[in-house]
Amino acid sequence: MAHEHKLAIFRGAVKFKSNVSKIWGVFIFLSVVTIIEVALGIVRPDFLIDNRFLALKLLNWIFIILTIVKAYYITWDFMHMRDETTGLRRAVIWTSIFLISYLIVLILIEGDYIFEVYKSGYIKFDF
Amino acid sequence: MEATVVKTGTEDKTWGGGNQPLKASYGKMMMWFFIVSDALTFSGFLASYGFSRFKFVDAWPIADEVFTHFPFLHGVEAPMYYVAFMTFILIFSSVTMVLAVDAGHKMKQNKVILYLFLTIIGGLIFLGSQAWEWATFIKGDYGAIETKGGQIIQFLDKEGERVAIRDFAAVNDGDRIPQTRENGLWFTEDAEYLPSVTFNQVKEGFLANDNLLVRLQHKDEHGQHIILSREESIAKVVNDGQLVVEGANLRHNEYGHPLFANFFFFITGFHGFHVATGVLINIIIFFNVILGTYERRNSYEMVEKVGLYWHFVDLVWVFVFTFFYLV
Repeated sequence: MAHEHKLAIFRGAVKFKSNVSKIWGVFIFLSVVTIIEVALGIVRPDFLIDNRFLALKLLNWIFIILTIVKAYYITWDFMHMRDETTGLRRAVIWTSIFLISYLIVLILIEGDYIFEVYKSGYIKFDF
Repeated sequence: MEATVVKTGTEDKTWGGGNQPLKASYGKMMMWFFIVSDALTFSGFLASYGFSRFKFVDAWPIADEVFTHFPFLHGVEAPMYYVAFMTFILIFSSVTMVLAVDAGHKMKQNKVILYLFLTIIGGLIFLGSQAWEWATFIKGDYGAIETKGGQIIQFLDKEGERVAIRDFAAVNDGDRIPQTRENGLWFTEDAEYLPSVTFNQVKEGFLANDNLLVRLQHKDEHGQHIILSREESIAKVVNDGQLVVEGANLRHNEYGHPLFANFFFFITGFHGFHVATGVLINIIIFFNVILGTYERRNSYEMVEKVGLYWHFVDLVWVFVFTFFYLV
Protein backbone atom coordinates (compact mmCIF):
# COMPACT_ATOMS: atom_id res chain seq x y z
CA MET A 1 0.00 0.00 0.00
CA ALA A 2 3.09 2.19 0.05
CA HIS A 3 2.39 5.48 1.75
CA GLU A 4 -0.55 6.65 -0.25
CA HIS A 5 -4.02 6.77 1.24
CA LYS A 6 -7.33 7.15 -0.49
CA LEU A 7 -8.83 10.09 1.30
CA ALA A 8 -12.45 10.02 0.16
CA ILE A 9 -15.19 8.25 2.16
CA PHE A 10 -18.95 7.82 1.58
CA ARG A 11 -18.25 6.90 -2.07
CA GLY A 12 -16.39 10.11 -2.70
CA ALA A 13 -19.01 12.38 -1.11
CA VAL A 14 -16.59 13.50 1.62
CA LYS A 15 -12.95 14.16 0.83
CA PHE A 16 -10.31 14.84 3.46
CA LYS A 17 -7.14 16.83 3.01
CA SER A 18 -4.86 14.51 4.95
CA ASN A 19 -4.89 11.03 6.41
CA VAL A 20 -5.00 12.41 9.95
CA SER A 21 -8.11 14.47 9.29
CA LYS A 22 -9.72 11.42 7.66
CA ILE A 23 -9.06 9.40 10.84
CA TRP A 24 -10.78 12.04 12.97
CA GLY A 25 -13.65 12.26 10.50
CA VAL A 26 -14.21 8.51 10.69
CA PHE A 27 -13.99 8.65 14.48
CA ILE A 28 -16.73 11.29 14.62
CA PHE A 29 -18.88 9.21 12.28
CA LEU A 30 -18.40 6.05 14.40
CA SER A 31 -19.22 7.98 17.58
CA VAL A 32 -22.43 9.34 16.08
CA VAL A 33 -23.49 5.84 15.02
CA THR A 34 -22.74 4.50 18.53
CA ILE A 35 -24.72 7.30 20.15
CA ILE A 36 -27.70 6.55 17.89
CA GLU A 37 -27.48 2.87 18.83
CA VAL A 38 -27.33 3.54 22.56
CA ALA A 39 -30.17 6.09 22.38
CA LEU A 40 -32.37 3.59 20.50
CA GLY A 41 -31.39 0.88 22.98
CA ILE A 42 -32.54 3.00 25.91
CA VAL A 43 -35.71 4.44 24.36
CA ARG A 44 -36.81 1.31 22.46
CA PRO A 45 -39.63 2.95 20.47
CA ASP A 46 -42.78 0.80 20.42
CA PHE A 47 -43.37 0.88 16.67
CA LEU A 48 -39.87 -0.48 16.07
CA ILE A 49 -40.46 -3.33 18.51
CA ASP A 50 -43.97 -4.30 17.43
CA ASN A 51 -43.24 -4.33 13.70
CA ARG A 52 -41.21 -7.11 12.19
CA PHE A 53 -39.46 -7.73 8.91
CA LEU A 54 -38.47 -11.33 8.09
CA ALA A 55 -39.31 -12.46 11.66
CA LEU A 56 -36.88 -9.92 13.17
CA LYS A 57 -37.92 -6.75 15.00
CA LEU A 58 -37.23 -3.56 13.04
CA LEU A 59 -35.17 -2.29 15.97
CA ASN A 60 -32.88 -5.30 15.76
CA TRP A 61 -32.52 -4.82 12.01
CA ILE A 62 -31.40 -1.25 12.67
CA PHE A 63 -28.88 -2.40 15.29
CA ILE A 64 -27.43 -5.07 13.01
CA ILE A 65 -27.20 -2.79 9.98
CA LEU A 66 -25.54 -0.01 12.00
CA THR A 67 -23.10 -2.56 13.39
CA ILE A 68 -22.12 -3.68 9.91
CA VAL A 69 -21.71 -0.04 8.88
CA LYS A 70 -19.36 0.48 11.84
CA ALA A 71 -17.46 -2.69 11.00
CA TYR A 72 -17.07 -1.46 7.41
CA TYR A 73 -15.48 1.82 8.42
CA ILE A 74 -13.22 0.24 11.02
CA THR A 75 -11.94 -2.26 8.45
CA TRP A 76 -11.74 0.15 5.52
CA ASP A 77 -10.22 3.18 7.21
CA PHE A 78 -8.58 2.03 10.45
CA MET A 79 -7.24 -1.21 9.04
CA HIS A 80 -6.49 0.48 5.69
CA MET A 81 -8.47 -2.03 3.65
CA ARG A 82 -9.34 0.86 1.33
CA ASP A 83 -5.69 1.09 0.30
CA GLU A 84 -5.04 -2.61 -0.21
CA THR A 85 -5.13 -4.33 -3.59
CA THR A 86 -8.39 -5.79 -4.84
CA GLY A 87 -7.02 -9.31 -4.52
CA LEU A 88 -6.14 -9.04 -0.83
CA ARG A 89 -9.40 -7.28 -0.04
CA ARG A 90 -11.54 -9.96 -1.68
CA ALA A 91 -9.52 -12.82 -0.21
CA VAL A 92 -10.24 -11.50 3.28
CA ILE A 93 -13.73 -10.06 2.99
CA TRP A 94 -15.51 -12.45 0.63
CA THR A 95 -14.18 -15.51 2.44
CA SER A 96 -15.31 -14.29 5.83
CA ILE A 97 -18.67 -12.98 4.65
CA PHE A 98 -19.50 -16.25 2.90
CA LEU A 99 -18.47 -18.54 5.76
CA ILE A 100 -20.04 -16.42 8.49
CA SER A 101 -23.38 -15.99 6.71
CA TYR A 102 -23.53 -19.71 6.02
CA LEU A 103 -22.83 -20.58 9.65
CA ILE A 104 -25.31 -18.07 11.05
CA VAL A 105 -28.18 -19.04 8.76
CA LEU A 106 -27.85 -22.76 9.48
CA ILE A 107 -27.40 -22.39 13.22
CA LEU A 108 -30.21 -19.90 13.77
CA ILE A 109 -32.68 -22.00 11.77
CA GLU A 110 -31.72 -24.99 13.91
CA GLY A 111 -32.17 -22.96 17.12
CA ASP A 112 -35.59 -21.78 16.01
CA TYR A 113 -36.59 -25.38 15.17
CA ILE A 114 -35.67 -26.53 18.69
CA PHE A 115 -37.67 -23.63 20.12
CA GLU A 116 -40.73 -24.87 18.21
CA VAL A 117 -40.17 -28.40 19.50
CA TYR A 118 -40.13 -27.11 23.09
CA LYS A 119 -43.20 -24.99 22.51
CA SER A 120 -45.46 -27.41 20.68
CA GLY A 121 -43.92 -30.78 21.44
CA TYR A 122 -43.86 -32.87 24.59
CA ILE A 123 -40.39 -31.95 25.74
CA LYS A 124 -40.38 -29.55 28.66
CA PHE A 125 -37.93 -26.85 29.60
CA ASP A 126 -35.41 -29.13 31.23
CA PHE A 127 -31.90 -28.03 30.37
CA MET B 1 22.50 -12.62 3.12
CA GLU B 2 23.85 -13.20 -0.38
CA ALA B 3 25.02 -16.69 0.49
CA THR B 4 21.62 -17.87 1.66
CA VAL B 5 19.57 -16.51 -1.24
CA VAL B 6 19.17 -18.92 -4.11
CA LYS B 7 18.67 -17.22 -7.43
CA THR B 8 16.68 -19.06 -10.05
CA GLY B 9 17.58 -16.87 -12.96
CA THR B 10 13.89 -16.43 -13.76
CA GLU B 11 13.22 -13.34 -11.63
CA ASP B 12 11.79 -11.39 -14.52
CA LYS B 13 9.10 -14.02 -15.23
CA THR B 14 5.69 -13.91 -13.52
CA TRP B 15 6.23 -17.17 -11.62
CA GLY B 16 9.91 -16.63 -11.14
CA GLY B 17 9.55 -15.49 -7.54
CA GLY B 18 9.94 -12.09 -5.97
CA ASN B 19 6.59 -11.05 -7.37
CA GLN B 20 4.12 -9.41 -4.94
CA PRO B 21 0.71 -9.42 -6.58
CA LEU B 22 -1.00 -8.34 -3.35
CA LYS B 23 1.63 -5.66 -2.66
CA ALA B 24 1.69 -6.57 1.01
CA SER B 25 4.63 -7.87 3.00
CA TYR B 26 4.71 -11.42 4.34
CA GLY B 27 4.11 -10.28 7.93
CA LYS B 28 1.10 -8.19 7.07
CA MET B 29 -0.47 -10.94 4.99
CA MET B 30 -0.03 -13.42 7.81
CA MET B 31 -1.65 -10.95 10.22
CA TRP B 32 -4.62 -10.71 7.87
CA PHE B 33 -4.85 -14.50 7.62
CA PHE B 34 -4.78 -14.77 11.39
CA ILE B 35 -7.48 -12.10 11.66
CA VAL B 36 -9.74 -13.99 9.23
CA SER B 37 -9.39 -17.22 11.19
CA ASP B 38 -9.90 -15.43 14.51
CA ALA B 39 -12.97 -13.70 13.09
CA LEU B 40 -14.35 -17.15 12.24
CA THR B 41 -13.69 -18.30 15.81
CA PHE B 42 -15.62 -15.37 17.24
CA SER B 43 -18.41 -15.90 14.71
CA GLY B 44 -18.65 -19.47 15.92
CA PHE B 45 -19.06 -18.28 19.51
CA LEU B 46 -21.56 -15.57 18.65
CA ALA B 47 -23.51 -17.97 16.42
CA SER B 48 -23.75 -20.49 19.25
CA TYR B 49 -24.96 -17.68 21.49
CA GLY B 50 -27.59 -16.94 18.84
CA PHE B 51 -28.50 -20.62 18.71
CA SER B 52 -29.16 -20.83 22.46
CA ARG B 53 -30.99 -17.55 22.42
CA PHE B 54 -33.28 -18.66 19.59
CA LYS B 55 -33.84 -21.90 21.46
CA PHE B 56 -35.11 -20.00 24.54
CA VAL B 57 -36.22 -16.88 22.73
CA ASP B 58 -39.31 -16.40 24.91
CA ALA B 59 -37.38 -16.70 28.18
CA TRP B 60 -34.14 -14.80 27.56
CA PRO B 61 -33.10 -12.04 30.00
CA ILE B 62 -33.52 -8.43 28.86
CA ALA B 63 -30.02 -6.89 28.74
CA ASP B 64 -31.35 -3.45 29.68
CA GLU B 65 -32.44 -4.85 33.05
CA VAL B 66 -29.22 -6.76 33.66
CA PHE B 67 -26.59 -4.11 33.06
CA THR B 68 -27.95 -1.07 34.87
CA HIS B 69 -25.02 0.03 36.99
CA PHE B 70 -22.51 2.81 36.70
CA PRO B 71 -19.48 3.14 39.02
CA PHE B 72 -19.99 5.56 41.91
CA LEU B 73 -23.68 5.96 41.12
CA HIS B 74 -25.43 3.69 43.57
CA GLY B 75 -29.12 3.03 43.20
CA VAL B 76 -29.30 4.97 39.93
CA GLU B 77 -30.74 3.10 37.00
CA ALA B 78 -28.26 3.65 34.18
CA PRO B 79 -28.96 1.02 31.54
CA MET B 80 -26.13 0.61 29.05
CA TYR B 81 -24.34 3.88 29.82
CA TYR B 82 -21.32 2.06 31.11
CA VAL B 83 -20.99 -0.28 28.11
CA ALA B 84 -21.42 2.72 25.83
CA PHE B 85 -18.54 4.32 27.69
CA MET B 86 -16.46 1.15 27.24
CA THR B 87 -17.25 1.16 23.53
CA PHE B 88 -16.05 4.75 23.23
CA ILE B 89 -12.85 3.94 25.08
CA LEU B 90 -12.10 1.12 22.67
CA ILE B 91 -12.98 3.13 19.55
CA PHE B 92 -10.86 5.99 20.81
CA SER B 93 -7.88 3.74 21.48
CA SER B 94 -8.33 2.50 17.90
CA VAL B 95 -8.08 6.10 16.74
CA THR B 96 -4.84 6.71 18.66
CA MET B 97 -3.50 3.44 17.26
CA VAL B 98 -4.20 4.44 13.66
CA LEU B 99 -2.65 7.84 14.40
CA ALA B 100 0.46 6.00 15.62
CA VAL B 101 0.55 4.01 12.38
CA ASP B 102 0.23 7.24 10.41
CA ALA B 103 3.03 8.88 12.39
CA GLY B 104 5.12 5.75 11.74
CA HIS B 105 4.70 6.17 7.99
CA LYS B 106 6.08 9.67 8.35
CA MET B 107 8.95 8.37 10.53
CA LYS B 108 8.06 10.58 13.49
CA GLN B 109 9.33 8.58 16.44
CA ASN B 110 8.07 10.88 19.19
CA LYS B 111 4.53 10.96 17.88
CA VAL B 112 4.47 7.16 17.58
CA ILE B 113 5.57 6.95 21.23
CA LEU B 114 2.83 9.33 22.38
CA TYR B 115 0.01 7.67 20.43
CA LEU B 116 1.07 4.13 21.35
CA PHE B 117 1.15 5.20 24.99
CA LEU B 118 -2.40 6.55 24.74
CA THR B 119 -3.50 3.32 23.06
CA ILE B 120 -2.08 1.24 25.90
CA ILE B 121 -3.81 3.44 28.48
CA GLY B 122 -7.11 3.05 26.60
CA GLY B 123 -6.69 -0.72 26.56
CA LEU B 124 -6.02 -0.79 30.31
CA ILE B 125 -9.08 1.36 31.05
CA PHE B 126 -11.18 -1.01 28.97
CA LEU B 127 -9.85 -4.06 30.83
CA GLY B 128 -10.54 -2.42 34.19
CA SER B 129 -14.06 -1.56 33.11
CA GLN B 130 -14.66 -5.11 32.04
CA ALA B 131 -13.42 -6.41 35.39
CA TRP B 132 -15.86 -4.07 37.12
CA GLU B 133 -18.68 -5.18 34.83
CA TRP B 134 -17.97 -8.82 35.64
CA ALA B 135 -17.77 -8.14 39.37
CA THR B 136 -21.13 -6.36 39.34
CA PHE B 137 -22.72 -9.15 37.33
CA ILE B 138 -21.33 -11.87 39.61
CA LYS B 139 -22.38 -10.04 42.78
CA GLY B 140 -25.93 -9.57 41.54
CA ASP B 141 -28.59 -7.09 42.35
CA TYR B 142 -32.02 -8.10 43.62
CA GLY B 143 -31.64 -11.83 43.99
CA ALA B 144 -34.21 -14.36 42.82
CA ILE B 145 -35.67 -17.80 43.43
CA GLU B 146 -34.90 -20.77 41.25
CA THR B 147 -37.73 -23.29 40.77
CA LYS B 148 -37.45 -27.04 40.74
CA GLY B 149 -37.58 -26.89 36.94
CA GLY B 150 -34.56 -24.60 36.89
CA GLN B 151 -36.43 -21.41 36.03
CA ILE B 152 -35.83 -18.05 37.67
CA ILE B 153 -38.63 -16.11 39.35
CA GLN B 154 -38.07 -12.52 40.43
CA PHE B 155 -39.95 -10.31 42.88
CA LEU B 156 -41.81 -7.05 42.27
CA ASP B 157 -44.06 -4.82 44.31
CA LYS B 158 -47.53 -3.87 43.09
CA GLU B 159 -46.17 -0.77 41.34
CA GLY B 160 -43.99 -3.01 39.19
CA GLU B 161 -40.69 -2.02 40.82
CA ARG B 162 -38.15 -4.75 41.48
CA VAL B 163 -37.69 -5.72 45.14
CA ALA B 164 -34.52 -7.25 46.55
CA ILE B 165 -35.04 -10.53 48.42
CA ARG B 166 -32.81 -9.41 51.31
CA ASP B 167 -35.29 -6.54 51.93
CA PHE B 168 -38.27 -8.76 52.67
CA ALA B 169 -36.82 -12.10 53.75
CA ALA B 170 -37.85 -13.12 57.29
CA VAL B 171 -35.21 -12.32 59.87
CA ASN B 172 -33.85 -15.68 60.88
CA ASP B 173 -35.05 -19.23 61.18
CA GLY B 174 -32.39 -20.40 63.56
CA ASP B 175 -28.68 -20.69 63.16
CA ARG B 176 -27.48 -22.58 60.16
CA ILE B 177 -25.54 -25.72 61.03
CA PRO B 178 -22.95 -26.54 58.40
CA GLN B 179 -23.12 -30.07 57.07
CA THR B 180 -19.97 -32.07 57.76
CA ARG B 181 -18.85 -35.52 56.68
CA GLU B 182 -18.97 -36.85 60.24
CA ASN B 183 -22.67 -36.06 60.64
CA GLY B 184 -23.94 -37.27 57.32
CA LEU B 185 -23.45 -39.78 54.63
CA TRP B 186 -19.81 -40.02 53.66
CA PHE B 187 -20.47 -38.72 50.15
CA THR B 188 -22.42 -35.60 51.09
CA GLU B 189 -20.81 -32.30 51.89
CA ASP B 190 -21.96 -28.81 52.63
CA ALA B 191 -23.53 -27.01 49.70
CA GLU B 192 -20.94 -25.02 47.82
CA TYR B 193 -23.40 -22.31 46.90
CA LEU B 194 -24.43 -20.22 49.93
CA PRO B 195 -26.68 -17.20 49.45
CA SER B 196 -27.08 -14.71 52.31
CA VAL B 197 -30.66 -15.85 53.08
CA THR B 198 -32.30 -19.26 52.91
CA PHE B 199 -35.24 -20.21 50.76
CA ASN B 200 -37.48 -20.60 53.82
CA GLN B 201 -36.72 -17.07 54.98
CA VAL B 202 -37.63 -15.71 51.55
CA LYS B 203 -40.81 -17.78 51.45
CA GLU B 204 -41.94 -16.61 54.91
CA GLY B 205 -41.17 -13.01 54.09
CA PHE B 206 -43.01 -13.29 50.80
CA LEU B 207 -46.13 -14.79 52.39
CA ALA B 208 -46.15 -12.13 55.10
CA ASN B 209 -45.98 -9.23 52.66
CA ASP B 210 -49.14 -8.77 50.57
CA ASN B 211 -47.53 -6.17 48.37
CA LEU B 212 -45.23 -8.62 46.60
CA LEU B 213 -45.73 -10.25 43.21
CA VAL B 214 -43.70 -12.68 41.16
CA ARG B 215 -42.33 -12.25 37.68
CA LEU B 216 -41.60 -15.22 35.42
CA GLN B 217 -38.66 -15.88 33.15
CA HIS B 218 -41.04 -16.26 30.22
CA LYS B 219 -42.01 -13.22 28.20
CA ASP B 220 -45.27 -12.10 26.64
CA GLU B 221 -45.64 -11.03 23.00
CA HIS B 222 -44.31 -7.53 23.77
CA GLY B 223 -41.07 -8.98 25.09
CA GLN B 224 -41.85 -8.15 28.75
CA HIS B 225 -41.61 -10.75 31.49
CA ILE B 226 -44.99 -12.14 32.58
CA ILE B 227 -46.14 -10.89 36.00
CA LEU B 228 -48.40 -13.16 38.05
CA SER B 229 -51.30 -12.13 40.30
CA ARG B 230 -50.89 -12.41 44.09
CA GLU B 231 -52.62 -15.84 44.28
CA GLU B 232 -50.67 -17.26 41.35
CA SER B 233 -47.49 -15.81 42.82
CA ILE B 234 -48.05 -17.56 46.17
CA ALA B 235 -48.77 -20.84 44.41
CA LYS B 236 -45.63 -20.48 42.30
CA VAL B 237 -43.31 -19.75 45.23
CA VAL B 238 -44.78 -22.37 47.57
CA ASN B 239 -45.12 -25.18 45.03
CA ASP B 240 -42.17 -24.66 42.74
CA GLY B 241 -39.59 -22.61 44.62
CA GLN B 242 -36.44 -24.39 45.67
CA LEU B 243 -33.30 -22.29 45.82
CA VAL B 244 -32.20 -18.73 46.48
CA VAL B 245 -29.99 -17.31 43.74
CA GLU B 246 -27.92 -14.19 44.22
CA GLY B 247 -25.81 -12.94 41.36
CA ALA B 248 -24.59 -15.04 38.50
CA ASN B 249 -22.15 -17.88 38.12
CA LEU B 250 -21.79 -20.76 35.70
CA ARG B 251 -24.67 -22.76 37.24
CA HIS B 252 -27.16 -20.23 38.52
CA ASN B 253 -28.07 -16.81 37.26
CA GLU B 254 -30.51 -14.53 39.06
CA TYR B 255 -31.16 -12.57 35.85
CA GLY B 256 -32.62 -15.52 33.96
CA HIS B 257 -31.33 -18.44 31.97
CA PRO B 258 -27.92 -19.75 33.17
CA LEU B 259 -26.83 -19.98 29.51
CA PHE B 260 -26.96 -16.18 29.36
CA ALA B 261 -24.33 -15.98 32.09
CA ASN B 262 -22.28 -18.78 30.55
CA PHE B 263 -22.10 -17.09 27.18
CA PHE B 264 -21.51 -13.70 28.77
CA PHE B 265 -18.54 -14.99 30.74
CA PHE B 266 -17.16 -16.97 27.85
CA ILE B 267 -17.47 -14.50 25.00
CA THR B 268 -16.64 -11.26 26.84
CA GLY B 269 -13.92 -13.21 28.64
CA PHE B 270 -12.42 -14.42 25.38
CA HIS B 271 -12.61 -10.90 24.00
CA GLY B 272 -11.05 -9.50 27.17
CA PHE B 273 -8.26 -12.04 26.77
CA HIS B 274 -7.67 -10.65 23.27
CA VAL B 275 -7.57 -7.12 24.66
CA ALA B 276 -5.09 -8.21 27.33
CA THR B 277 -2.83 -9.83 24.70
CA GLY B 278 -3.19 -6.73 22.55
CA VAL B 279 -2.08 -4.50 25.42
CA LEU B 280 0.88 -6.80 26.05
CA ILE B 281 1.97 -6.75 22.39
CA ASN B 282 1.47 -2.98 22.27
CA ILE B 283 3.73 -2.59 25.31
CA ILE B 284 6.47 -4.66 23.66
CA ILE B 285 6.24 -2.62 20.47
CA PHE B 286 6.11 0.57 22.55
CA PHE B 287 9.47 -0.22 24.13
CA ASN B 288 10.90 -1.15 20.73
CA VAL B 289 9.84 2.24 19.42
CA ILE B 290 11.46 3.99 22.39
CA LEU B 291 14.67 2.01 21.84
CA GLY B 292 14.67 3.13 18.21
CA THR B 293 14.45 -0.35 16.70
CA TYR B 294 12.20 0.81 13.88
CA GLU B 295 14.25 3.99 13.30
CA ARG B 296 17.22 1.74 12.56
CA ARG B 297 15.09 -0.58 10.47
CA ASN B 298 13.89 2.50 8.63
CA SER B 299 10.32 1.19 8.66
CA TYR B 300 7.50 1.26 11.22
CA GLU B 301 5.64 -1.61 9.60
CA MET B 302 5.62 -3.52 12.89
CA VAL B 303 3.43 -0.79 14.39
CA GLU B 304 1.06 -1.26 11.48
CA LYS B 305 0.87 -5.02 12.07
CA VAL B 306 0.03 -4.74 15.76
CA GLY B 307 -2.34 -1.95 14.75
CA LEU B 308 -4.24 -4.42 12.57
CA TYR B 309 -4.63 -6.74 15.55
CA TRP B 310 -5.75 -3.92 17.82
CA HIS B 311 -8.38 -2.73 15.33
CA PHE B 312 -9.61 -6.28 15.00
CA VAL B 313 -10.18 -6.42 18.76
CA ASP B 314 -12.22 -3.24 18.46
CA LEU B 315 -14.13 -4.73 15.53
CA VAL B 316 -15.07 -7.80 17.59
CA TRP B 317 -16.25 -5.59 20.45
CA VAL B 318 -18.60 -3.76 18.08
CA PHE B 319 -20.34 -7.08 17.42
CA VAL B 320 -20.26 -8.27 21.04
CA PHE B 321 -21.79 -4.94 22.08
CA THR B 322 -24.61 -5.32 19.57
CA PHE B 323 -25.49 -8.93 20.31
CA PHE B 324 -25.12 -8.87 24.10
CA TYR B 325 -26.38 -5.43 25.00
CA LEU B 326 -28.56 -4.06 22.21
CA VAL B 327 -30.42 -6.76 20.29
